[in-house]
Amino acid sequence: MELKVIAQDSPAPTGGCTSGACGSSTDAMAHLPDHVRKKVHNHPCYSEEAHHHYARMHVAVAPACNIQCHYCNRKYDCANESRPGVVSELLTPEQASKKVLAVASAIPQMTVLGVAGPGDPLANPQRTFETFRRIVDKAPDIKLCLSTNGLALPEHIDEIVALNVDHVTITINCVDPKIGAQIYPWVFWNHKRVMGAKGAKILIKQQQRGLEMLVERGILVKVNSVMIPGVNDRHLEEVSKIVKTKGAFLHNVMPLIAEAEHGTFYGVMGQRGPTKQELSDLQDACAGDMNMMRHCRQCRADAVGLLGEDRGQEFTMEKIEAMEVDYSAAMERRARVHEGIEAHRKTMAQAVQPTKEMLAPIGTPPARIAVTTKGSGVVNEHFGHAKEFLIYEASPEGVRFIGARKIANAYCVGPDVCPSGDDKGTVLDAILAALFDCSAVVSAKVGIEPWSRLEAAGVTPSGTYAMDDIETAVRGMYGELIEQGWAAKDLSVQAAG
Amino acid sequence: MALSIIESCVNCYACEPLCPSDAISMGERHFRIDAKACTECDGDYADPQCASICPIEGAILDASGQAINPPGSLTGIPPHRLDAVEAEIRAR
Repeated sequence: MELKVIAQDSPAPTGGCTSGACGSSTDAMAHLPDHVRKKVHNHPCYSEEAHHHYARMHVAVAPACNIQCHYCNRKYDCANESRPGVVSELLTPEQASKKVLAVASAIPQMTVLGVAGPGDPLANPQRTFETFRRIVDKAPDIKLCLSTNGLALPEHIDEIVALNVDHVTITINCVDPKIGAQIYPWVFWNHKRVMGAKGAKILIKQQQRGLEMLVERGILVKVNSVMIPGVNDRHLEEVSKIVKTKGAFLHNVMPLIAEAEHGTFYGVMGQRGPTKQELSDLQDACAGDMNMMRHCRQCRADAVGLLGEDRGQEFTMEKIEAMEVDYSAAMERRARVHEGIEAHRKTMAQAVQPTKEMLAPIGTPPARIAVTTKGSGVVNEHFGHAKEFLIYEASPEGVRFIGARKIANAYCVGPDVCPSGDDKGTVLDAILAALFDCSAVVSAKVGIEPWSRLEAAGVTPSGTYAMDDIETAVRGMYGELIEQGWAAKDLSVQAAG
Repeated sequence: MALSIIESCVNCYACEPLCPSDAISMGERHFRIDAKACTECDGDYADPQCASICPIEGAILDASGQAINPPGSLTGIPPHRLDAVEAEIRAR
């Protein structure tokens, strides 16, 4: 029997990739032309599968902004917060290029350099493009990206093309100025501050024009949208359809982050963010029209490392000034490391052959399974060390990725230290809350104490799949659950609570 | 006649390249406006450029020392609401 996962009549949403390989059963990228697949092959923010293997970095060279968003506070700089628009130190283009070379040399799997703020890269065109020019000259093996609100995109299109920036992300939260007026209080346009719907209308027009111009020039465009319940949540399906029609290749619907202490309009006014289930439902609804990104970590404008980690503190300017970098030697080393990664990916792809068979009899309920990983696409992180869990859903039709969930603290206090007393309960409660819809958690190892708490909470722990590739592990775990006759969770009811 | 930037400036650089008189420069702790050079954009633009892009309420003053962008005018957060929320956070 031929498995039709992407078929119209399939009950499973079609967005997202499978765990191990985007060349596998629910391949969301299969329909893309070869040259596009090649471009995103080692881009962690554009390919779910690549993000297990390759790292990215942002350099904070762009402090100015030309618009105000209600989810942003321009006064914010912080070493501990992890969200967009936040940085620790602003860099000059010269410092930034030094940092890029130092990081590329220390973390050879770093393939992508992005400028994403803390303001808007194109509101700081000199600083942004000067940074890119320096990197193009010295490190031709690094891909360049930028992430913009789109207001100044059309006027800078030629420079973007000339510098070979081949990935651009535009944040598009609406296509309706009335909705825009509830998100953007003003834009700076044509030497004036333009307020409300009038300003939003200008922004929307520029974003759409910018998107069209990028696509015409063969530049890959990802669209980010912030999901704001009661403001644009019902509108984003339409946004998704429009940007897909215009040629954006990936849509990333992210949850609003709003806390009073951030001092943002939404934070102070008590606007809530979406629940995990609301976000996931909207992503599923958009997925019929568009490739959806579900592995975004909403990282800082100075983040460094694999998407789930931030090694920025290892690369402060003070530390970088003391580093000696021989980039031509580093480039050779990087090439060898990339070859190794590609060989590993090939082996993994072969290990997980596209399945022609159902994972379980039709009608078997799906199960969400959490996985802990340090990268490389395998189960290689101990439960106690994990600061985030990757959530997969296994169903008879196959395995699909749901999203990454962060927790504030890992269960273990230190490398080999378990928490004591009250802390233990608090940390585990937070983990159980993050895994509320999961029937199992698959780790390289799970300690005795969390093991029994997980079991008691209806989450089957497993250390059986250590070092297995994620898809094999999730399939295997799903099989085990079925064999045990597990109590399937009603995912919709469970999540609504 | 000149505008001025005060210490609440967050050093975002947005104003500096817009000034038609090159009156804005990075100071020791924040950006500054050279009072001798500043024309308030008279003759160049309808609105003073620095005050039209500055995201920080109260950071730019007019010649009489009044905030060109008073509290609530840019973020849309009513000042009393911001005060109440800040007091609540301090009390935690």
